[in-house]
Amino acid sequence: MTERNVPHAELSTGPTDWKSGAMQARIARRYRRERIFQSLGLGAVVISVLFLVFLLGNIVKNGAYGFVQTSVSIDVTFSADLLGDPTSLSPEAFTEKVRKTNMLRLIQTSMQELFPEVKGRRDTRTLLRIVSTGARAQLRNMILADPALIGTTKRVELLTSDDIDQVIKGNIDISLPEANRKVKDNELSWLQTLQNDDRISLNFHSQFLTGGDSREPELAGVWGAIVGSAFTLMVTLLTAFPIGLCAAIYLEEFAPKNRFTDIIEININNLAAVPSIVFGLLGLAVFLSVMGMPRSAPIVGGLTLALLTLPTVIIASRASIAAVPPSIRDAARGLGASPMQVVFHHVIPLAMPGIMTGTIIGMARALGESAPLLMIGMVAFIVDIPGSINDAATVLPVQIYLWADSPERAFVEKTSAAIMVLLFFLIAMNGIAIWLRQKFEQKW
Amino acid sequence: MNSAPAETGPEAIQAKPKMAARGVNVFYGDNHAIKDIDLDLYADKVTSLIGPSGCGKSTFLRCLNRMNDTIPICHVTGEILLEDENIYTSGIDVVQLRARVGMVFQKPNPFPKSIYDNVAYGPRIHGLAAHRTDLDEIVTTSLEKAGLWQEVKDRLDSSGTALSGGQQQRLCIARAIAVNPEVILMDEPCSALDPIATAKIEALIDELSGRYAIIIVTHSMQQAARISRKTAFFHLGEMVEYGDTTEIFTSPKEDRTRDYITGRIG
Amino acid sequence: MNDHILSTYDDELQEVRSIVIQMGDLAANQLSEAMQALRDLDIEKAKEVRLSDKKLDALEITAERAVIGVFARRAPVADDLREVVSALKMTTMIERMGDYAKNIAKRTFALSDGALVVMPEMLDKMAIEAHQMIESVLEAYVKRSAEQAVAVWESDEALDSMYNLTYRKILARMMETPEYIGELTHYLMIAKNIERIGDQATNVAEQIFYAITGDNLEEARAKNDETSVELFAKD
Repeated sequence: MTERNVPHAELSTGPTDWKSGAMQARIARRYRRERIFQSLGLGAVVISVLFLVFLLGNIVKNGAYGFVQTSVSIDVTFSADLLGDPTSLSPEAFTEKVRKTNMLRLIQTSMQELFPEVKGRRDTRTLLRIVSTGARAQLRNMILADPALIGTTKRVELLTSDDIDQVIKGNIDISLPEANRKVKDNELSWLQTLQNDDRISLNFHSQFLTGGDSREPELAGVWGAIVGSAFTLMVTLLTAFPIGLCAAIYLEEFAPKNRFTDIIEININNLAAVPSIVFGLLGLAVFLSVMGMPRSAPIVGGLTLALLTLPTVIIASRASIAAVPPSIRDAARGLGASPMQVVFHHVIPLAMPGIMTGTIIGMARALGESAPLLMIGMVAFIVDIPGSINDAATVLPVQIYLWADSPERAFVEKTSAAIMVLLFFLIAMNGIAIWLRQKFEQKW
Repeated sequence: MNSAPAETGPEAIQAKPKMAARGVNVFYGDNHAIKDIDLDLYADKVTSLIGPSGCGKSTFLRCLNRMNDTIPICHVTGEILLEDENIYTSGIDVVQLRARVGMVFQKPNPFPKSIYDNVAYGPRIHGLAAHRTDLDEIVTTSLEKAGLWQEVKDRLDSSGTALSGGQQQRLCIARAIAVNPEVILMDEPCSALDPIATAKIEALIDELSGRYAIIIVTHSMQQAARISRKTAFFHLGEMVEYGDTTEIFTSPKEDRTRDYITGRIG
Repeated sequence: MNDHILSTYDDELQEVRSIVIQMGDLAANQLSEAMQALRDLDIEKAKEVRLSDKKLDALEITAERAVIGVFARRAPVADDLREVVSALKMTTMIERMGDYAKNIAKRTFALSDGALVVMPEMLDKMAIEAHQMIESVLEAYVKRSAEQAVAVWESDEALDSMYNLTYRKILARMMETPEYIGELTHYLMIAKNIERIGDQATNVAEQIFYAITGDNLEEARAKNDETSVELFAKD
């Protein structure tokens, strides 16, 4: 307040005394404020980074085990009595015979050799539960691929069931009373024996990346969801990009500026903020009910996601078209280029990096979207890998949702692993967007 | 031709204007930007349009090749004649008009393409060259006329935006020349350039003045005095005075002209 | 007239103008001093006139520098351009007036040595007229009055006829008294000098007229006033 009391006449005379106490205090205060503001900003960044690290760390910690699976090595005798003799049978008859054979009997024989003390139907069933139900298909495929195996005994690595897998991964607390856990004491003791014999191993599990969905966690894979996502995104891209680009060009370059175009512009901006589930309902009503398209198919999912992505593509494209300096338009126009030549020879090529960036970011958003797809039935349990855009399919986020909803403990890690796969694709797409922008950005 | 300014000697016989404005008014919405302008522009005389910012000189210039058409609220009345043909009648093809009346802008604005493609763009879209060799010929002669050939002949494939500001502006002039215009409009072509680059552009304008009718808007009175034969002074949307440049800069008839060019508080 | 946006420009133009006025005053003063010396055959006064002319020469150089400075810094146009160009020419003209006055003073030395011859009374009248013209043209310059400049320009006619009269009178006296022909020749030359001072004042008036209007006074008069052609035919 003392500064205020100085009359103006005195203020205006002579040079300012920068060294005075009041001035120094003022400068110190300014610097202090700046430091406080900077540390607040830094704090905000640190908190965000911590959250991100926590989230990613949690997913990676859970998900890392999703890529490995426990197997047990057992000596399987491929009995010719059971499977038929490839030397005497025709290839077709042999295949037929192998297909009809219950492979469980091969496994049972081997397991009973290992644990001769196990008698009785119940215990035997429990013993066989150590091995995954997928082991039968595994053995069958082995034989079909190599008929020479018939009559030999070979050490085979078979997947264990998800419960045994979880014990090995330490996810089942074996200190609990027997009644409170899925894996019983006798199973644990057999497991111990197998471990002592060095028959249990933890290996990279490629089926997770190459297989379709399954009720059995150890057999479930994301490939079906990846292919479903790819088909869906392809439909989205082929629909949203041309429509969005044309709309953006028209609105930015040709449309008269009047109340009507203003309303359209506001609505497009609002559309970008509409909850995605609403687009799902729209897709359900239009594509399934009215147009009668196949349920759960990527074509419908893709079209629905295209509705969702369209505003993003239009807004991003308009922004980058508007960012092309008017001087370039003037230059082309001044040479006698027609409005369309101006746009297609100059504006679009210059705006393309921005348009592509916006489109890829829109695609990335579509890739991560699950809610609208739930509405159009892409939430079904689908084992087969889709072969076209009309096949029933699911997509990565929905797969994650499905697995997260499954009761088996082993699906926890599968969920996280699938999230990691999804994040990989999202980061890759954003990376491509950044790379495009860096590479093609024009400097003026 | 009664409205043409009084000329003496042989000029009075020669003068048939290349372009002429007859009672031109321009409105931006409700704003009356240009008020009732009559002006004759001659093919063999560089004409300068001078005046303070916002006086309408650039607006008038942009009327001469209908560059204002792209502004929706812009409305032009009156006649602008190019060789006795009103360019604002409905039958006129604007695209062709702009090829006949070329333009060079305040900020050098080469396309972010190669030097060659910059010059070749106009001839390409108008189909002026039948073969690649013809196009090469047009590019070479245009760059030569623009005085840029010696500087860029070895790097025609490098980007036009990589040139210096003055070179970029000469490239823009070469680009305008390449479509073989009859009139070249220049909107403050040197305002972003240093004195050396400015001198080169001015020398170029001198060089080109015989071949093209050149109309130049400039903020530099000295530049107007140096390069133009005719000068028009605009103020608040009106054309206050139009006459021989020497006359305007030694004995302007109007006080407003004098106050502006001598730097007085008007 | 409005001031320039740059007030230093006004200051510089004002400086040029004040030098011109100073020179004009000095030249007018030199003329009357020289006539005084002549009348009294005052050698000392004549010497003073000679010294004063040196001052006039120095001022001319100062004016020249100031004008060149304005050109270099301001690149003057329109009336500013006319103002400084005519100022430059006017200083040369005024300097010439000073030279004529000095020449009159110089003749005082010769006349004071020679025989005592009565000074023709017309000379005084002429000098007063010429002095009046200088004063008047300076006033026109200060007031920026084209009309007054024209008036000065027209008044030269009177001085010319006075000179013609003086010439005839001196010629008559030469014939009457051939022994004083040397002294009378000096007086004749002095009459011519005064007449030349009047011519220079006329030239200055033309410059003032040009600076103010941008037109050439002779051309303008020729166009507007046919009778003035007689004036040129006369001499």
